[in-house]
Amino acid sequence: MQTRRAAIIGGNRIPFARSNSRYAHASSQDMLTAALDGLAARFGLPGERLGEVAAGAVLKHSRDFNLTRESVLGSVLSARTPAYDVQQACGTGLETTILVANKIALGQLESGVAGGVDTTSDAPIAVNEGLREVLLQANRAKSVPARLAALGGLRPNQLVPEIPRNAEPRTGLSMGEHQAVTTAEWQIGRPEQDELTVASHRNLAAAYDEGFFTDLITPFLGLTRDENLRGDSTVEKLAALKPVFGTRGENPTMTAANSTPLSDGASTVLLGSDEWAAQHRLPVLAHLVDAETAAVDYVHGDRKADGLLMAPIYALPRLLERNKLSLQDFDFYEIHEAFAATVLTTLQAWADPEFCRDRLGLDEPLGEIDRTRLNVRGSSLAAGHPFAATGGRIVATLAKLLHQKGSGRGLISICAAGGQGVVAILEA
Amino acid sequence: MADRYLEFVNSGLGRKLAGQLGLPRPAVLRRYRPQDALVPGELLLGAAQGGRAGLAELLAAGGVSVHAAPDPDTRWAALVFDATGIAGPGDLAELRSFFAGPLRRLAPSGRVVLLGRSPDGRDPAADAARQALDGIVRSLAKELRAGATANLVVLAADAELADAETAIRFFLSGRSAYVDGQVLTVTGGARPDAVDWTRPLAGKTALVTGAARGIGAAIAETLARDGAQVIAADLPAAGDRLATVANRLGGSALQLDIAAAGAPEQLVDYLQQRHGGVDIVVHNAGITRDKLLANMKPEHWDSVLAVNLSAQLRANAALLDSGSLRAGGRVVCLASTSGIAGNRGQTNYAASKAGVIGMVRSFAPTFAAKQASINAVAPGFIDTDMTRAMPFATREVARRLSSLQQAGLPVDVAETVAFLAQPGSGGVNGQVLRVCGQNLVGA
Repeated sequence: MQTRRAAIIGGNRIPFARSNSRYAHASSQDMLTAALDGLAARFGLPGERLGEVAAGAVLKHSRDFNLTRESVLGSVLSARTPAYDVQQACGTGLETTILVANKIALGQLESGVAGGVDTTSDAPIAVNEGLREVLLQANRAKSVPARLAALGGLRPNQLVPEIPRNAEPRTGLSMGEHQAVTTAEWQIGRPEQDELTVASHRNLAAAYDEGFFTDLITPFLGLTRDENLRGDSTVEKLAALKPVFGTRGENPTMTAANSTPLSDGASTVLLGSDEWAAQHRLPVLAHLVDAETAAVDYVHGDRKADGLLMAPIYALPRLLERNKLSLQDFDFYEIHEAFAATVLTTLQAWADPEFCRDRLGLDEPLGEIDRTRLNVRGSSLAAGHPFAATGGRIVATLAKLLHQKGSGRGLISICAAGGQGVVAILEA
Repeated sequence: MADRYLEFVNSGLGRKLAGQLGLPRPAVLRRYRPQDALVPGELLLGAAQGGRAGLAELLAAGGVSVHAAPDPDTRWAALVFDATGIAGPGDLAELRSFFAGPLRRLAPSGRVVLLGRSPDGRDPAADAARQALDGIVRSLAKELRAGATANLVVLAADAELADAETAIRFFLSGRSAYVDGQVLTVTGGARPDAVDWTRPLAGKTALVTGAARGIGAAIAETLARDGAQVIAADLPAAGDRLATVANRLGGSALQLDIAAAGAPEQLVDYLQQRHGGVDIVVHNAGITRDKLLANMKPEHWDSVLAVNLSAQLRANAALLDSGSLRAGGRVVCLASTSGIAGNRGQTNYAASKAGVIGMVRSFAPTFAAKQASINAVAPGFIDTDMTRAMPFATREVARRLSSLQQAGLPVDVAETVAFLAQPGSGGVNGQVLRVCGQNLVGA
């Protein structure tokens, strides 16, 4: 069977907002619909029937069971465009891109949109588990007395709602606390984390100033730039901040600045076959070459080698091996900045002979990368990180970078909750 | 924004009161809807000796009921006089005798269209009479009431009647609702064989800058209504409104700061890649930074000139040099009556808008050589977000300061742009057409 490479035609996202700020009253569906509409406007697709739209959200209301399809129905795309939801935590946006691209590669689709959205402001709040039990019991009761008896089981403490937490169910630790363990194990210092953070802000600000995002972003609710962006941030300013994670340990290093803030936003990527792009007179920015996912046993595994956000470290050698590439064969590296320390751990692990030998089964370490090629247009520390929307942001940014360069190869690495990681290669 | 005064004087009580007090009585203007007849009633056609043959047939082909003789009981929807044959001042009396009676029976939103010839420097008496038509039409426009307008179409020496067909239709139709007392010269040019008058822009690709709101959005909408595939362009910061406009029209949105370095090249690349070129370009994007010249800061001066004038110059040059503007291309540039009459606090803005007029005139021969055209449209007082921000009294007074005694709507500007963008309007080149309800300020 013949396969082909899926083309990345372009992208659109709304600027990312800080939690409980500009998008406090926007739902996931509002944001994803806005991102889809902006994409349709950019590429002249109102009324167009696309092969499919795949997107998802990490924090989801029960009413949003068909979030992506509902967003398509509310958008200007043809109502005959099918859609489905995907959820792989922070890997969602990249995973949907891989799914749509694979279907295009197989000839099952000519065009499709991948995306993701998240809000930490308009978050779902669930009924207390005890209350839920009582209500369900009352509902099952066949007679009035039985129903009253069931409702008699109500207790005041059951009125306390369930609020979603940024914590792993199996450990009860927040993502930041997990990373703090890893940061300490790998001895990632505070200055290098702050330097990476400042670079992210500086690169993102420069990208805006140069107009890099004019064809990647459509404003939403009065926001025209990522709200978290601080172009004037300096290492000196960041050094004054108090650590917020790992504070029970010795020498905590992770602050509110070198960790991504909770944020709201949505992103989309338009993919298609080369033929479809040509028929629609649309550009091909880059192609998706290959992708790999991995997972670590962060619950029972080693404190140093099996950290919650370390799965991409394991995914990459398998991807490189399959494509006969080395870590140095890339013009751009897009490593999602969940925390500055995540990026630094990842780079350190790939360069560590012992770790590469013992845990990745490599004779030689993958080695260092040219740091001037890392997150050159900023990443999540500056832009913010609405979980499922990050993948789409990165894919579109990297595709444009490669297109501007004319030819080349780019690597994407995204860590996700549940100890998962997604990596992918784009080429132009 | 609703013109409450206009609504009031068109109510039963308001009409009576305004009449008794001698207050201005702006009419509800007849505006174009695609299903409308070209002329909603009877048209009386007159001609001086030696006029152009075929005018009656041209009008009749447009579905107009044409009368050659005045009938005292008929209410006229339009009066058309062909004065191309006049040879001297004495012949002008024919206009007086043609119009005197029927003018009293001109219907609300009626149309007076005069046809003249350009002075050619051969015969002073003929040239004097030809120029006299200007004075007649400008004065007559001020005399008309109830939303009626008067305009003059001047045929250049090389122009055939068919070259003026789009102009004649424009002035007769509801498209020219707010165009009054204007003189438009038509030269000979390439014309399409067949015209679909309900979708004259079918198959054309049109770029409209500043399309996210106001006049630009109306232009985009009107061009799309007339059949064009619209690329709506505006600043990235206006991208959400822009996307809404583009999606509504089934077009596409282009976020671009036209004044930025490299913008012309980006624009050309985009047009080539996405559409293989462009047929219609409307330079509508513009800004105001009003200040008295004595207080004008350099950045206020520079930004207005950069966006309103330099960006248009650079884009036009790039479109011509790259060949992106296809043969038969139409470029329409937004000027302003401020650039013609001047406006206190607007030396920078008026400079840019007068500059646009100079640019259009200078480009015209180059465009003509490519069967293309470039024209300017100069809006007067148009109800937009900008005028909405004016103080109440200033706005109310400004609204009445024209022969039509009301502000225009963005769609009035858009209709004029759409007329100039038509394939059949190639004979109109290097001209400035005002959409101002014959504003009392300025020429």
